[in-house]
Amino acid sequence: MCLAVPARIVELKGDEAIADCIGNRIEAKTTLVPQVKLGDIVLIHAGFAITVLDEEEAKKTWQLLADLDNFSKTDKRVSG
Amino acid sequence: MLERINRAYTQIARAQKVLGRTVNIMEVCGTHTVSIFRAGLRTTFPEGLKLLSGPGCPVCITDQGYIDAVLSLADRDDCLIATYGDMIRVPGKKGSLEQKTNKGNIKIILSAEDALRLAKQNPAKKILFVAVGFETTAPATAVLANEAFQQGVKNLFIFSNHKLVVPAMEALLSEKNHRIDAFLCPGHVSVIIGSDAYKPVVERFEKPCVVAGFEPMQIIDAISEICRQLADRKPEVASLYRAAVTAAGNKTAQKIINETFDVSNGWWRGLGKIKKSTLKLKKKFSHLDAEKQLGIEFIPEEDLTGCCCGEVLCGLMDPPDCGLFATNCTPETPVGPCMVSSEGACAAWFKYTLKKGKVDGGRR
Repeated sequence: MCLAVPARIVELKGDEAIADCIGNRIEAKTTLVPQVKLGDIVLIHAGFAITVLDEEEAKKTWQLLADLDNFSKTDKRVSG
Repeated sequence: MLERINRAYTQIARAQKVLGRTVNIMEVCGTHTVSIFRAGLRTTFPEGLKLLSGPGCPVCITDQGYIDAVLSLADRDDCLIATYGDMIRVPGKKGSLEQKTNKGNIKIILSAEDALRLAKQNPAKKILFVAVGFETTAPATAVLANEAFQQGVKNLFIFSNHKLVVPAMEALLSEKNHRIDAFLCPGHVSVIIGSDAYKPVVERFEKPCVVAGFEPMQIIDAISEICRQLADRKPEVASLYRAAVTAAGNKTAQKIINETFDVSNGWWRGLGKIKKSTLKLKKKFSHLDAEKQLGIEFIPEEDLTGCCCGEVLCGLMDPPDCGLFATNCTPETPVGPCMVSSEGACAAWFKYTLKKGKVDGGRR
């Protein structure tokens, strides 16, 4: 339940952001990371950004997510 | 990579030698439980290391009485229940929320903000927000409560059962028969509370507390660090998840938690009543408090007959030792919450260790 994904903020209006996680656009509130700027990468949990991440760390998770996605496409038995 | 694995093996052997027995490390976070299984780490570690799955899945540690209190509203035409998807299949005494979805008044939400939206879209309904989760999720509920307060929303009610991780770790270590040598501490909870939050556990109980992210290699490094500390008999707090976790944590999130909730005693499945472990809305938010406004009552209950989720959550039993595991209790027809949640210990054991009906590959 405490899963969180990194995403890059592509739109920011007050504390409401749209963030991009490997092509998926996620709505997120930035109330808990008030210092955040457009273009920053944040860790999003249940609709809220909980911290700012550096690009290198985010890339590791994005790669992991892409691997999982490919894996589930090649082996339907374990999907879901 | 091989070097790091070898180093872990050396440290595990050292710790085992110093302790004179198997090293027991509890992973507190359900996401760690799943990462460890998915990467096949359990089968690759030496026999001298045992990983215990702890009370780190909010769904699993939610008392039966809370679920039944939520269910008591599911048949009311004037209510909508807004819940994270994780909670929907957890069985209470009178079924689960999933079995009540045909009436259309159970709404799965992805963000606490969705509950506010539902309240605005359905002014004639009372919206019950099922507020569960650890410190990672609690700040979102706090933001929701403050927004509802500021905007004068009258039909949103928060049923807070948010839990604090550190009091549960201390409660486990206070049990006489516990077998925990150290904690692998949760990554995303620690983003909020900071790694310093584990200092009392180290100081009071002299157990290593090491924070890790969810990459398999980082988990291996954390186990290596824990075993080094055990072997040197120098327990301390360490964080390997430096990219996201600081010593002090997210101060903004901590502030809004403190401004919105009081810390009270609370019930945990399997662990019973734990002092100062549960977040309840402050008086200021009484008009949003489901327990005060909707006449629901949270009465702690005995767990379902035969279900050993309590023992599993305390690290006293592995899931396959439960009489219901993989017979009466499966992910399709779960009896206890550890089988319901994808991050529950029983569901992880079922998914990753069962082959042709036999427990295989998950070292016990």
